[in-house]
This record gives sequence, structure tokens and C-alpha cells, in this order.
Amino acid sequence: MTDTMLPETAQPEPVRLPPLGPAGWARWAWRQLTSMRVALLLLMLLAVAAVPGSVFPQRRIDPTKVDGYLAEHTTSGPWLDRLGAFDVYSSPWFSAIYLLLFVSLVGCVVPRAKQHWKSARSAPPRTPRRLERLPAHASATVDGSPEEMLEKARTALRRRRFRLAEHDGGTSLAAEKGYTAETGNLAFHLALLGLLVSIAAGTLVGYSGQVTVVEGQPFSNVAVMYNTLSAGSRVDTGDLPPFTLTLDSLKVDFDDGSGGGQLGAPRMFTGAVTVADAGGPPSTRTLRVNQPVDVGGTRLFLVGNGYAPVLTVRDGEGNVAFSGAVPFLPRDAQYTSLGVVKVPDAQPRQIALRGLFLPTSVVDPVKGPISIFPGLTDPRLFLTAYVSAPGVDGLGLDSGVPQSVYEFDDKDLTQLTDDSGEPLRILLAPGTTFDLPDGAGSVTFDGIKRYAALDIRYDPAKGWVLGFAVLALAGLTASLFVRRRRLWARVSTDGEGRTVVEVAGLSRGDDTALEPLVREVLAEIVPGPQQHDPKHQHDPQHQDDEE
Amino acid sequence: MAVDATLATLSNQLVYSAMAVYTGAMAAFAVDLSGRGARVEGEGKVLVGPDGEPVRDVASVTPSASADEPRSRPRTKIGGIAVALTWLAFALHLGGVVARGASVHRAPWGNMYEFSVSGAVVVTAVYLAVLSRRDVRYLGTFVVGPVLLTLGLAVTVLYTRAAQLVPALQSFWLVIHVSVAFIASALFTLAFSTTVLQLVQERRELARAAGNPPARGRFMDNLPGSVELERSSYRLHAIAFPLWTFTVMAGAIWAEHAWGRYWNWDPKEVWSFVIWVVYAGYLHARATRGWDGRRSAYLALAGYGCILFNFLVVNIFFVGLHSYAK
Ligand code: HEM
Repeated sequence: MTDTMLPETAQPEPVRLPPLGPAGWARWAWRQLTSMRVALLLLMLLAVAAVPGSVFPQRRIDPTKVDGYLAEHTTSGPWLDRLGAFDVYSSPWFSAIYLLLFVSLVGCVVPRAKQHWKSARSAPPRTPRRLERLPAHASATVDGSPEEMLEKARTALRRRRFRLAEHDGGTSLAAEKGYTAETGNLAFHLALLGLLVSIAAGTLVGYSGQVTVVEGQPFSNVAVMYNTLSAGSRVDTGDLPPFTLTLDSLKVDFDDGSGGGQLGAPRMFTGAVTVADAGGPPSTRTLRVNQPVDVGGTRLFLVGNGYAPVLTVRDGEGNVAFSGAVPFLPRDAQYTSLGVVKVPDAQPRQIALRGLFLPTSVVDPVKGPISIFPGLTDPRLFLTAYVSAPGVDGLGLDSGVPQSVYEFDDKDLTQLTDDSGEPLRILLAPGTTFDLPDGAGSVTFDGIKRYAALDIRYDPAKGWVLGFAVLALAGLTASLFVRRRRLWARVSTDGEGRTVVEVAGLSRGDDTALEPLVREVLAEIVPGPQQHDPKHQHDPQHQDDEE
Repeated sequence: MAVDATLATLSNQLVYSAMAVYTGAMAAFAVDLSGRGARVEGEGKVLVGPDGEPVRDVASVTPSASADEPRSRPRTKIGGIAVALTWLAFALHLGGVVARGASVHRAPWGNMYEFSVSGAVVVTAVYLAVLSRRDVRYLGTFVVGPVLLTLGLAVTVLYTRAAQLVPALQSFWLVIHVSVAFIASALFTLAFSTTVLQLVQERRELARAAGNPPARGRFMDNLPGSVELERSSYRLHAIAFPLWTFTVMAGAIWAEHAWGRYWNWDPKEVWSFVIWVVYAGYLHARATRGWDGRRSAYLALAGYGCILFNFLVVNIFFVGLHSYAK
């Protein structure tokens, strides 16, 4: 910075040996931490530290990928894990960098804010003796009286909303403008701090989770209904805001290929839901991607969908042991889906089914049965079947070990085979029934429902986050584009009794518009041609702006 | 809604024509820069000052007009041709973008091909806008060159047939987010070119001061000095940075609408953040004593490196929520 006349608070201190003693060291360390140089270093470190999070899979985004990585890299994996490579944004080193940065920010901004407060309330400084030494200067000699000229200068400057002060016994004016730049800069830095605090607050008092809801089946907002639920330490998961939601229907549009290569690409998902809040009557709403449903501040987002074949399983005694829709997980863009059915209540032998659901089924000579379109053109269900020994809990559901709804362990089960001893393969079209061999029971494929995967989120602090972000942007814009300028005007009398009017200006940083401003102000005081000090010409490029 | 195949084809033809014209413009800019073009005589309002230099402003004509005033660049015929060709290429290019959008009934930035083609048209637009206010013909080669390169990459490697969008991309915020990202990136591109020129110029000036004037690259003598280039580069960065800040914010708002999380540290978000922090570092550095000038320029280059990385490497090789941008 070239400007020495304006307060410059952020200059680095020259490194001096501190006075001995812990207090001296502490002061020295604090001064270093709050210096521009260290702030810059910390900023650069922050940028570098953020990068590994884009290279390694992150636990909070995709834990299964992390497990996969660890299984694949048995030597480096555990070390990377210890270093926090899979939890970069909550790792001690990443946190240390941004916390230090924000400590530095507070230490830097608070003194600057104080000083700014003081200088914004003090009068513009005295007029320098030799105005022609300033970076922009122009003068004119006229016939009017000095008082009249000074009054005109006052009007011209006030019209441009400069703050004014009179000096030198009423023969000069000092004018100042552009404090908004520094105000904006301080607001920007403080808003960043506010942003950090509100993000942190949001994670303490908010919660989020995932659920799967099948068409027609109600969901109640209680912890046990969630597939996964994570809540901030200030949230009582036993006392979530009560409401129920029913997915009445889910409409899914896929590209029919009329537009070229993207046959089957999803185009629109629309869910019709009925929401019953604690107090009010049920209401019907529309749920779409990019269009969440809001229930008293808790928002439900449509993040995925799939098919849930509806099955009825009868056991060896002819009783209905299972009946319902079973969500299958889509495995590819054509909704080739996988799922399981566990029937622990079947008597005398438990039944378990592993299934492959194909919305538009084709049997490929190489790949076997696959789906070639995600819509329900020709749906088929392929199943393999397992049974336990009579009266035995082969599914292990009573063992207390939590199990996935999409998988079961077949080590205590026997796979059913066909007449030739090959594993039994059941092929079902909607509305058909298959009798299991050995009198184990039967499976009926009643029909197909869709399900929606919902993300449920409650973050009461996000309004604050947005507010601080907007403040930061506004402050930044003011900081970068408002010019802090000082202008001076002086009137004097020359040897021939005429009045000399001088206008000069000073800006913080480069300011190519200062020179034209000075001339403009002078022209307003003294209409007509005037003398202009040429030594401050910058270059022809900027002269282009001046007209 | 069905895709209009005729319009999609027209779009491709317009983009190819634009590339041809850009090639001509780039060649013309290069000739202009080399200083071989014929001067334009009798330019309308140019006055001649006492030292024989053309002067545009009467008020600055004074007896003592100093010698350290930089030369104003002469206007050449070839420079005029270059600018005219750039306008023509821009018109074709813009037509290509509009036709693409019309063919799919949506904003034409749903995949990498469309990102590149639409982004490049914004670079040209910003350059032409700046050009209409000041004489930055010297930047022409360094703007049209990258635009041409981007288009080349787009039509060869990134090409995707016209089609509708997946649901997550069907958002008002996407249009806002992406269009501002384009403008910010275009400005960063101009700023990058200026910064490179600044560093080259500075080396030449240092070499000259040390008594061994550089033998090659005479055309650089036609450009402004390194201090002036640095100032232009700062100004461009200072406009681009708040726009990038806005881009990141709009992206977060969109993410909040689509997935309920305004920030998820997905690779694309990580790199947008890294870019933001590096350019914040550049602005800081410029205000830090000992770091202004050349060192802060290196940070600006690093920032642009991150932009390129974000666009080319992250989009293609990193899997995340944004991976449908392929
Ligand atoms: C969270 C970390 C920070 C970020 C992202 C950040 C970002 C920025 C940005 C983008 C600017 C440019 C705006 C302008 O030029 O007016 C700026 C300016 C500034 N920052 Fe920071 N900053 C951070 C922390 C700090 C810290 C810790 C300090 C003090 C040591 C500091 C002191 C300053 C000063 C004095 C300016 C004004 C420079 C000038 O006069 O042009 N900043 N900051």
C-alpha cells in the first residue's frame, strides 16, 4: 500500500525479539497470530487441507466406500484412517487450522473495528500544506471572491456526500468519503465468524435421517421408524416432533428415448403425500426432487425411489406367514433391483427368499436376466428360496444382532433345489403363484408398489447461516468497490488579486477515477477551462474512461 | 417434452462455424500483437500533443507533458479485423448456445459439453464488453485462444447429444448458480491471462534493467507495463471474487432445496471451496506487505489452476453428488 496518510492497521509487524518472560512471549505469539502474514498462511493451509477430502472417500458421505477402501488397502488404509483421511472435515488438523484462522480473525478484526469506530467519528484531517504533492491535483485562477469559491466547493462536495470540515481559518475544506469500504470489510470478516457459529449451532440442535416409505404405508416421525438417524447432542431422539406422512402415490417419468441416447434416464419424480401434523387436520401435498415437503420446520426430501414387489408367502401348514410390500434396492439405471424376504413366522420351517426384480425383463444370453428399461413394461421377479430346519430360528432374528433388511445370513439355512438337484430358480410374473418343493409353502407375486427414499432434516440454524452468508457477500462487495477518498479544496489570492482555487485528492489503493473526480469538482467550482497538473497522468488506457 | 433434432443439429453447425471464425480472429489478433499490421490513418478525434503523441483529452495538453507518459497503442487495420471477426464468431457461438437451449427447452448447461460451450460464450461476451470500454486488443489472442481450445475439447471429448435433464438439475437455482459461475469463471480466465502477461512483462523489465534486453518476444513491447497489467488483473479478480462467492452460495441454496443439506463436502463442493479460499488468499496477499506484486500473482495462478482442476478433473474422475454433470 502506498498510502501512508490513511490509517493502515493491518501491516505486519517487523519480527523483533520479544522481551523475556512468558507474558512477553505470549504477546509476541499473539501479535504473530494476528498478523496478515499468518492469516495468509492459515488461509493457504486451509485450502490445502481441504483437498484430501475430495480424494479419499469420506465416512459421513459414504461409509460403505470407506469400508471398501480399507478392505482393499490393508497396509496404507489403517494409517490413512488414523490420520483422519476418511473424516477430513472433522479431523483434529483441519479443525485446528480453521479454529486458529478464526482466532486470528477475531484478534485482527476487533482492534480494527475499534479504530474504525473512532476514526469514523472524527473530523476529516487538516489540509496538507502543499496540495500539489498529492496524487491528484488541479487548480484554476478566477475572478470571483475566495468566500464565494469556498462556498461553491462546499456545495460541490456535499452534493457528492462527502463529510466536511473547515480548516485554516476558513480558507480550506477537508472532505472524506468511503468509510463503508472498511465497514464492509469488517462486516465481511465478522459475518464469516457468524457463519461458522451458526453452522456449528445447527449441528447441535438439528437432526437428520433416512426412511423408506412404500406407497400406502404411513410413516410416523419416531426414532424406530428411521433406517438411519443422526441427531445433535441437544436433541432428544425420544421426543421428535410428532407427525405422520403417507405416500399416496409416486409417479415416475423416464425418458422414452425419443430425444436420443438417454433412454431410461429419469425425468421427473412426483409424490402425492398426506401429512398429519400434531394439531391440524391431514393435508395433501406434492413432493418432488428440488421441492421438499415442510412439516413444522422439519423438511422431507425425495432423494430416491424404487420398486417394492408385493408378496404373499404361505408356510408349510398353509397359513399366510407373510404378506406385504418389500422394498428392493435398484442396482443400476434400469432399476435391476435386489431384495430379500424373511419369513420367520413360517411353520414348521422358516422361509427366506432372495430376489432379483426386473421392471422390463429380458434374458440376455451372456448376462442372464437383466432389465433394459426402468419403467414397468414387462416386470418379472426371480427368486431363490431357503428354509430352516423345522422349529429352528435359522434366520437368527431372535439372536439380538441387528440385521439389514436387504440381506440375510444363509449359514443356518438350506437352499431349496429342483428335481435335478440344482438350486431352485423361481420365476414369477405379477399375479402368479409358485409352490415351493418339499411342502415348504408357496409364494404369490401379488403386484408391485413403488417406494420413496426420503431424507428428513431439521436444521433450525440454517436461516442464520443464510443471513450471515448474505451479510458476508454484501460486506465483501462494499469492501472491494467502495472507494475511500479524501479531497481538499483551498482558496487563496495570487499577486494580481485573483482567486486561486486548488482541489486535490488522495485515495486508498489504486484509484484511476480519482483524477477525473478532482477535475470534475474543480470544474463545478470554476466553470470553463482550467489548469490541470499533468504529472499525475497515468496512462492512455484510463483516459478512455474519463469522458 | 421431446427434443427438437433440427435445432440440435443447427446448434452443432453454428458451434463449428464459430470455431472457424474464432480461428481467423485469433490469427488476426496475433498479427496485431506482433506489430506488423498497417496503422489506421486519420482517426477521428485524436489530437496531437506538443510532444507529437496523440492525446485524447484537451485538458491534459500542457506545455510540460512528460516523457514518462506511456505510449498509446496505435490502431491497426488487422486489429480492427480481429475485433470484427470476434464479434461474428460470438454471434455464431451465441446462436449455437441458444439453439441448443431451444432444442431441449431448458437452459443449455446440463452436462459437460453444454457447460463448456455456454461457458466459453460468456468468456467472449465479457471480453467484448471490456473491449467496448477500453482498448484491450492486446488480450485478444489470450482470450480467443482459450475459448477455441475449450470449444475444441467440447466438440471432441465432451460431446453429448441433446436431451432432457435428470430431476435434480431441474431447478431455478441451477440456472442462477451456473450462469453466475460462468461469468465468474470467464472473469477469472481474463484475469489469468492478464496475470501471465504481467509476470512475463515483469521478467522482461527486470532483464532490461539488468542490462540484457530480452531478444525474443518483441510483441510484448506493445503491451502495457507490468504495473499496469497487475492493476488490471486485480480489478478483474476483484469483480470475479464476489461473483464466485455468490456462485458458492447459490450452489448451497440449491443443494439445500434438492437434498436438504446446504453443504456436504462432496468433491465438487470441496474444490469450489478451495478455489474460494485460494482467491481470498490472493486478495489478502495483495494487501500484505512483502506479498504484493509477483507473489500474489502466483496465488492468482494457483487459483486458476484449481478452477481448471475443478472443471476438468473433478467432473470426470471424482464421484459425488454432482457426478451427473458428466
Ligand atoms: C476466515 C478467514 C478469512 C477470509 C476468508 C478472509 C478473506 C478476505 C478477503 C476476501 C478480503 C478482500 C476484501 C478486501 O480487499 O477488502 C480480505 C481483506 C482483508 N482481510 Fe481477511 N480474511 C480472513 C481472515 C483475516 C484475518 C485473520 C485477518 C487479520 C489478520 C484479516 C485481515 C484482512 C484485512 C486487513 C483486509 C483488508 C485488506 C485491504 O485493505 O485490502 N483477514 N479478507
